[in-house]
Amino acid sequence: MIGKLIGWIDDRIPMTRVWNMHIAQYPAPKNFNFWYFFGSLAMLVLVNQILTGIWLTMNFVPSAEGAFASVEYIMRDVEYGWLLRYLHSTGASAFFIVVYMHMFRGMIYGSYQKPRELLWLFGMFIFLALMAEAFMGYLLPWGQMSFWGAQVIISLFGAIPVIGDDLTLWIRGDYVISGATLNRFFALHVIALPLVIVILVFLHIVALHEVGSNNPEGIEIKRKKGSVAEEDKPKFKFHEYYTNKKDIVDAIPFHPYYTVKDIVGVVGFLILFCWVVFFMPAMNGFFLEAPNFEAANPLKTPEHIFPVWYFTPFYAILRAIPDKLIGVAAMGASIVVLALLPWIDRGRVKSVRYRCGFHKWNIAGFVITFVLLGWVGATPQTDLKTIISQVCTVTYFMFFVLLFIYSKNEKTKPMPERLTK
Amino acid sequence: MMKKLLIGLFALSVNLLPNTVFAAGPSVDLMKANNDITDQPSLQRGAKLFMNYCLGCHQMQYQRYERTFRDIGIPTEVGLEQLIFDGSKVGSHITNAIEKDDAAKWFGAAPPDLTLVARVRGSDWIYTYLKSFYKDESRPFGVNNIVFPSVGMPHVLQELQGVPTAITEEVTEHGHTVTKIVGTQTDGSGELSDDEYDDAVRDLTNFLEYVGEPSRLESEALGIKVIGFLIILFILAFMLKKEYWRDVH
Repeated sequence: MIGKLIGWIDDRIPMTRVWNMHIAQYPAPKNFNFWYFFGSLAMLVLVNQILTGIWLTMNFVPSAEGAFASVEYIMRDVEYGWLLRYLHSTGASAFFIVVYMHMFRGMIYGSYQKPRELLWLFGMFIFLALMAEAFMGYLLPWGQMSFWGAQVIISLFGAIPVIGDDLTLWIRGDYVISGATLNRFFALHVIALPLVIVILVFLHIVALHEVGSNNPEGIEIKRKKGSVAEEDKPKFKFHEYYTNKKDIVDAIPFHPYYTVKDIVGVVGFLILFCWVVFFMPAMNGFFLEAPNFEAANPLKTPEHIFPVWYFTPFYAILRAIPDKLIGVAAMGASIVVLALLPWIDRGRVKSVRYRCGFHKWNIAGFVITFVLLGWVGATPQTDLKTIISQVCTVTYFMFFVLLFIYSKNEKTKPMPERLTK
Repeated sequence: MMKKLLIGLFALSVNLLPNTVFAAGPSVDLMKANNDITDQPSLQRGAKLFMNYCLGCHQMQYQRYERTFRDIGIPTEVGLEQLIFDGSKVGSHITNAIEKDDAAKWFGAAPPDLTLVARVRGSDWIYTYLKSFYKDESRPFGVNNIVFPSVGMPHVLQELQGVPTAITEEVTEHGHTVTKIVGTQTDGSGELSDDEYDDAVRDLTNFLEYVGEPSRLESEALGIKVIGFLIILFILAFMLKKEYWRDVH
């Protein structure tokens, strides 16, 4: 009966084929570690944002007069409204934590290297769309930080010569941030950008499955057809789409092995996530900034204006440079340069495990730089912090410059032929 | 090594930030409110103080009487009779009839809504603020405040605290000797002793913290169950993974 139904569907849409090709008979390297949880976790958080977002829009009022009150209405009068709101607000920060970890994984294991350049680029576009999505979403509660944060960020576009002022006017739809801005940000936040993100995530996965996953060893599991002896091939059945083109070693089917493993990652993540949602949703002012519990007041500038934590590293680069236009350009460049990693890194060895010792220190320095930038971007400026942000801006870009230089003739360690655990 | 470094740095940055991020106004050490939102009698006393002393000027426009009474354990009839003074229905928001424009004229700025004040300022700030009024004849209402200089609000709780005067101290800052207000002292003309006044202010702070996030206790009660469930699920998921992965070498 069930078999008949599946056959009926398969005659009309490639359900079983897609399931096998992308899940049950998809070859994944057998040695994924902790860092490989963050891809599936990013999907989980995306689903959380979409679902809670849908329910939030049912009671949210997208107008300058009604937005702030409607959020409090959700928090107080809507059944489990507080839970929906905290899941969504915590989810926004969780999304960035997960995505930053996911990107870091790509960096240490060289997952952006040939043939995964396009995969990396789709990822960078997702990151950009996510930043736009988060920025526009942050305006919606119409609190003080929503308003003034948007004011600061949108004014950055004003630094662009010639078209700057007209551009900011076009973005805001008004001479100041107003209900017009709120309404368009709402439209973009709930329809346009989620659609873009979902499409990009789809393309990201299509690209991933075409080239196959990298792994912590950075050793390709797909070998030239006919180069692998029968007894070296895994005993699992993989889809012929992959085996017709290449011989595959050291792989396991994504399902059930990585589905059951990802469940462990998902539940572990949810324990931490729910701990924040239920016990400290404001996260000491990191996830929900205290001034944002005051309704937007165009006549009262808050003493300090900070973007939410996930933007602060880039914001610190902006503030490090006294000239606004150069600051904006540097901030833009700090993201563009990440997207160019596949071409900046000229090395042939992917994983940090087999690269030169200097590469390890370079990456460690980059992590410290990124965290320091995030810290100075999130706290009131002092003379010392200005210097720290300037030094870190230099070291941020130096990571890429140095990588470009030493990766050409890098002394790497000998790579094993096959994956070791 | 990298993982440890990353986690260590993150933990460090989280620990360094909270107290400095949103410190607004002059750098005054805040007193600890030590309030407890599970203490219902305290919340009830706080509600009584709010309705009697604050609501004349400050609203809680997002919070309803009925929800408040239910959460802090006041029977509806008692609340209707003793805590609603303007004939509002029990399902109404906690509002007053003050005209914003008038209020702005009288006080220099319209009295802010207090629904979320505890989330904006923090409980310790509210507690310190209410204990930091002092006599200052140069101000329109004859009082000033240590944590909120040139405050537009009169010392509404004066009949409880008495008339507080500033305690000053000579301190050297950046090479200059300045007179700094370090605390206040009441003349004892109030209805309450110092300790009783502290308790009253703590109750009021407690009530404001509750109103800032009325779902707090419900959230924590549900959170324990959710996390308990997830921990059990984690163990099962981990065992399932182990079982499946036995044949992967």
